[in-house]
Amino acid sequence: MLYREAGDYKTSYTDDAQTFPIKLDRWWYYAVVFVAFCIVPFVLTDYTVNAIMLPFLIFAIAALGLNILTGYCGQVSLGTGGFMAVGAYATYKLMTAFPDLNIFFIVILSGLITAIVGVLFGLPSLRIKGFYLAVATLAAQFFLVWLFNKVPWFYNNSASGQISAPERTIFGQAVTGPNAEPWVAYLFCLIFVFTLAWLTRNLTRGRIGRSWMAIRDMDIAAEIIGVNPLRTKLSAFAVSSFFIGISGSLFFAVYLGAAEVGEAFGIQKSFLVLFMVIIGGLGSIFGAFAGAAFMVLLPVFLKIFFVDTLGWPTDIAAHINFLIAGGLIVFFLIVEPHGLAALWRTVKEKLRLWPFPH
Amino acid sequence: MKLKTLVLAACTTAIVAGSASADLVFPLLDYRTGPYASGGIPFADGYADYLTLLQERDGGIGGEPIRQIPCETGYNTERGVECYESTKGEGALVYQPLSTGITYQLIPKVTADDIPMHTMGYGRTSASNGEVFSHVFNYPANYWDAASGIVNYLLEETGGDLEGKTIALVYHDSSFGAEPIRTLQALGEEHGFTVSLKAVSPPGNEQRSTWLEVRRERPDYVIMWGWGVQNSVAIQEAANIRFPMNNFYGVWWSGSENDVIPAGAGADGYRSVTFHGVGDDYPVYDDIQAHVVDAGLAAGAGDQIGTVLYNRGMYAAMLAAEAVKTAQEIHGVADITPAMMRDGMEALVIDEAKMEALGLPGFGPEFSVSCADHGGPGSSAMAEWDADTQTWSLISDFADPDKDVIGRLVMEDSLAYAAENNIPETRCE
Repeated sequence: MLYREAGDYKTSYTDDAQTFPIKLDRWWYYAVVFVAFCIVPFVLTDYTVNAIMLPFLIFAIAALGLNILTGYCGQVSLGTGGFMAVGAYATYKLMTAFPDLNIFFIVILSGLITAIVGVLFGLPSLRIKGFYLAVATLAAQFFLVWLFNKVPWFYNNSASGQISAPERTIFGQAVTGPNAEPWVAYLFCLIFVFTLAWLTRNLTRGRIGRSWMAIRDMDIAAEIIGVNPLRTKLSAFAVSSFFIGISGSLFFAVYLGAAEVGEAFGIQKSFLVLFMVIIGGLGSIFGAFAGAAFMVLLPVFLKIFFVDTLGWPTDIAAHINFLIAGGLIVFFLIVEPHGLAALWRTVKEKLRLWPFPH
Repeated sequence: MKLKTLVLAACTTAIVAGSASADLVFPLLDYRTGPYASGGIPFADGYADYLTLLQERDGGIGGEPIRQIPCETGYNTERGVECYESTKGEGALVYQPLSTGITYQLIPKVTADDIPMHTMGYGRTSASNGEVFSHVFNYPANYWDAASGIVNYLLEETGGDLEGKTIALVYHDSSFGAEPIRTLQALGEEHGFTVSLKAVSPPGNEQRSTWLEVRRERPDYVIMWGWGVQNSVAIQEAANIRFPMNNFYGVWWSGSENDVIPAGAGADGYRSVTFHGVGDDYPVYDDIQAHVVDAGLAAGAGDQIGTVLYNRGMYAAMLAAEAVKTAQEIHGVADITPAMMRDGMEALVIDEAKMEALGLPGFGPEFSVSCADHGGPGSSAMAEWDADTQTWSLISDFADPDKDVIGRLVMEDSLAYAAENNIPETRCE
């Protein structure tokens, strides 16, 4: 009844082409942005930031990045963990080499460096497709982890191969390091998430995004109508790696503070982000957020419920956690193979017709 | 009905958490699941049982009750951070995460939050320099002491001549496994042996290629830096290629019953360095039996009592409890804060009389901690596994490591950390 197009007149092309054509959607979006920027920072604690908000925001960026490559351009990638590692190690090297450089620019530069590496490993995509490309990106994953373990230059010759982020500030407020206030770290990540989500939305509904989708849907047809596969595929790899590099950079510098490549950026990270994209919904921005929220928050909530509320032994709770998370993933994929985003779309369709479904 | 129970449970938890703020809080960052559970479970049981013993027998420490908060980390650094954040607000006195990766995450955090951390026999070795690492302690021994202890034992066995020998290091490919590399290389230069590095990618259930290499190269000795499932797999593989077990040495994290029993008779003669006693022939076990096990309060399944890692967990809890007592003496209050706990750890003195009184005579070395030295003596002994009797027994006396080499490396690494993080080295003046 409330949620409908009827009565919402568009008088210009800009209005007609806007991201949220339905008024309630638009208000809802403004409200979420307002709450995220203006209210949440005041109610945050160390725990909510370090255990819930930061991993959610950072994985949302990674999921957005992988969604561009896999969801919009149709190129399967299992190299996400490796590309996150590139972002993290680039950040570490830049932070220690240029102590005066602002952390904001370091994160952006790390993203750019990752984009270059991503393009290099995206070159095989011009010749191979599908599963074979997945294997090629898997090679990137293992190669990059091996590289960061093998070459001591990347971790400044520290005895154990660990990298740790020194303190860096913006406007006198610590963003990285142990003295960072929770709201600063949160806002810092939120700004990246907001900007990158906005960028994704506008990229995917413009010429570049449409050429990605053309390649995804049928590459030969796309080539015939004049889409250059070289430029399209490599631009998808570049933009996707840029996002993933930024998420790796924030993951290391703001969230963990110290990392070792095999543990923090191993193959399980690649799968985790891929699961987020698949569960959230391929080719959907909302899906990237929903998938990240599902995979990050579920274990935390289950732990709080079983251990802190019911007082179960921690090991039994951990095992139950695996059972429930796995079961829910299977359940969601059976009920809605196109992910949480498609579920959300169905709900919206129903809402539009409600209360007169005929 | 269900909702009501839930709400009630939540309220009770909130009330208990609110009213219990005057306790001595020990967070248990343990892991009873995942590929490292075989090591995590006995350690966690020992740690929890000793604290339960103090609570049941003595009513706490210094009359102040003990509260334990378990949190499952799964040896995963992200879970570890979550556990740290969720427990630190409860007044946690000391963190012992039993994971080198989590230790690295927590070093800056505990320092900023003014909570001490004790990484006994693991963690960042250079944290033994208390000038730089004010809140991190790794007494009584660390990784580099272990590496030096093994090499010293080999020197003794070969009559001081390791010239031209090859030592293969089979290590967990992580910050944990990479720790001894530099020490072994420095010692190799000094004594003329070569170190051959064999990385095993975690968790290490597949090591066939590593051991094929060992078989081809035929090193004189193999040293293993492994944890969890990696240990039992490696010992099995070594037995399969008939590598002489007497030339196969493990760090103290690769020398528990759970590591050798799966290999059966093939593991007979396998050796592992240790920094504390073995077996359950100590008076404290009678108390644990009487006050904890018989009362049905034993942690976990209660089947690990007296094993190597159970002993180590108990030792860790014992050292923490002694530090609490020291802190209570220094500050004259029973209900100490984490900051007071740190002072207590820095002033900790463990001597034979104390260990005797605790029912652990001769269990570990005598040592004292100071502002500059958070590392302790680092003395270690060699233990050997007897597959027939299923027991570990010490085959050497406790001996000190090569402090010259280790001290130099500790200074180098800790000063690099201090420079990277702008830490002034004036704390102990």
